[in-house]
Amino acid sequence: MPAMWTAILTIALIALIAGIALSYASQSLPSDSGKLIDRVNDLLPQTQCAQCGYPGCKPYAEAIVNDNAAINLCPPGGDDTIRRLAETLAKDILPLAEQAANGRAVAIVDESLCIGCTHCRSACPVDAIVGAQQLMHTVIETECTGCELCIAPCPVDCISMRSVA
Amino acid sequence: MTAPTYDLGKLHGGLRLQAQKKLSTAHPIRKPPLPEQLVLPITQHAGDPAQPVVGIGEQVLKGQLIAEAEGSLGAPVHASSSGKVVAIEPWPVSRRFGDNAPCIVIECDGKDQEIESAETPLAYDSLSAEVLLAKILQGGIVGLGGAVFPTAQKLMQAITCDLEFLILNGVECEPYISCDDLLMREHAAEVIGGAQILMRALQLDVTYIVVESDKPEAIRSLGEVLGEHDDARIILKQVPTIYPSGGEDQLVQLVTNREVPSGGLPTDVGCLVQNVGTAVAIHDWIVHNKPLLSRITTVTGDGVAQAMNVEARLGTTVADIVEFAGGYTEHANQLIIGGPMTGKSVTSDRVPVVKATNCILVLSETPAQGPELPCIRCGDCASVCPVQLLPQQLFWYACADDEAKMRSYGLIDCIECGCCDLVCPSHIPLTADFRTAKARIRELADEKGRAERARLRFESRNERLEKQQQSRDLELEKQKEAARTAGPDAIAEILKRKQEQDEDQ
Repeated sequence: MPAMWTAILTIALIALIAGIALSYASQSLPSDSGKLIDRVNDLLPQTQCAQCGYPGCKPYAEAIVNDNAAINLCPPGGDDTIRRLAETLAKDILPLAEQAANGRAVAIVDESLCIGCTHCRSACPVDAIVGAQQLMHTVIETECTGCELCIAPCPVDCISMRSVA
Repeated sequence: MTAPTYDLGKLHGGLRLQAQKKLSTAHPIRKPPLPEQLVLPITQHAGDPAQPVVGIGEQVLKGQLIAEAEGSLGAPVHASSSGKVVAIEPWPVSRRFGDNAPCIVIECDGKDQEIESAETPLAYDSLSAEVLLAKILQGGIVGLGGAVFPTAQKLMQAITCDLEFLILNGVECEPYISCDDLLMREHAAEVIGGAQILMRALQLDVTYIVVESDKPEAIRSLGEVLGEHDDARIILKQVPTIYPSGGEDQLVQLVTNREVPSGGLPTDVGCLVQNVGTAVAIHDWIVHNKPLLSRITTVTGDGVAQAMNVEARLGTTVADIVEFAGGYTEHANQLIIGGPMTGKSVTSDRVPVVKATNCILVLSETPAQGPELPCIRCGDCASVCPVQLLPQQLFWYACADDEAKMRSYGLIDCIECGCCDLVCPSHIPLTADFRTAKARIRELADEKGRAERARLRFESRNERLEKQQQSRDLELEKQKEAARTAGPDAIAEILKRKQEQDEDQ
């Protein structure tokens, strides 16, 4: 009989020590969220379109990891991105919050209308628009992410989206 | 006469197939008449499309450059007869993806007048390796085995590596095709000549010319020419008739017993493989100044009246070639460009013969194939796979669209030979599935690369904006500091300057 009590007490003691150690570690040691942010950021399409409500892909990744933001806010990434995010973060797959346009598209400047105001140039999150004050602007097609952020600032409405196969 | 040697490495898997080559080897190579119209796609090679340099309505001569090489992987296109350019427009072609491609259409004037070459060809052994390579680039020569990789670029890559052997591929292991066989029979001297030019351009001392054992006539004719030349650097090798021993990596394994690493090139193990047809094209260009204007094509199958090999002008339509071969038989049912294993079935015979067209196969009926059944995991596909992949696993992951697993199981190394399809008891079109999966992987990699670039640009932009903001803040701070520390004199000075300015206006 005493042998049984010894065993129970020993195990209870070990559990107590381990519990205290773990709770101490979880509070005082630095968390691994920095790495997780990078991993989440890698899964995002890097369009920098801000359609998720955050000012770029990295900020959205930070919000997902730190503030538990929803994972279905990225229209350019679509269902594939949601699926991968759900796998990485062990969350449920959700339908996309807002339906995205299909396929990759790039902005194109109607060069005959452009007045060279540089508004679109400063709106572009990836520096894909070139042009100087009072001179015609153009989009570097290979670098454009199709975020559409340049369309609204244009005072003469000369930017449109064109889909690329 | 030099006899072939047989010491060989070992090839995994492979199949002994019904060769069906006798159909088309009975006659010598024939030359079809000049067609009325030539259709020359601007992309006849693996790489960036060539840029047309002729306009509609322009008169061109045979051998004239009509489209320039563009980009790092380009090859020029030459007019294969004289006439007038009547259109540059999309035209049905045979290729893996998409049905139409931009083509330059020439209406032949029937004179077949050649362009006068500005330079007279020099003896190749007086030219340096660099000059030879630069010249090969101009000739529009691409790998004629079927992959149509621009030859000059392949050679330029090879010359940067530690090369030991040049291997001329005359294996031609796919059933029905016999164009290389006939080429070696009738143009053995040019094959040897091409080998000598290539050895000079690459500064190599060993060439293996490799021929499959079912081509005794080709071996005899090469042996005779070799005997005359007495060139000890060139060694004739015979390999057994097993499909797909003519695949580039497989051939290297067979000839040298070295395995080309996954994702690598034969040059990684000191070998460069060229098709025998390419060697002849190089010889004709360097020695006779004749760019690549025609190629030998097998027109065969039980759907044509008279199977044969023809020396087809590039741009001749398949319909013209088939007509020359006596036309279709009444059972003709399926038209395939390329061989039965790796070829592509086309729906129109308006497609032109291009640099890649080694065979025009007309079959009377599609080989009977049962309905596709579930995989029973018998493993037959793995035992025939020449690359030692596990097609059953790949199929599994292709169904699940699991990119990471497909990569780790080596999908990228699949040579799409079709052996697994043939042995599959469940009739699963494995090769087609793998082809789609490969395209999907490439697409994902592209997307990933684009995202990575966008991320870097976004980050460096933010950094720049931050720096600008900082320097603005600093400037402002300085001005504030100056205002705080300025004494009454300085303020009076500023006021005076301001007054003067107002008066000036």
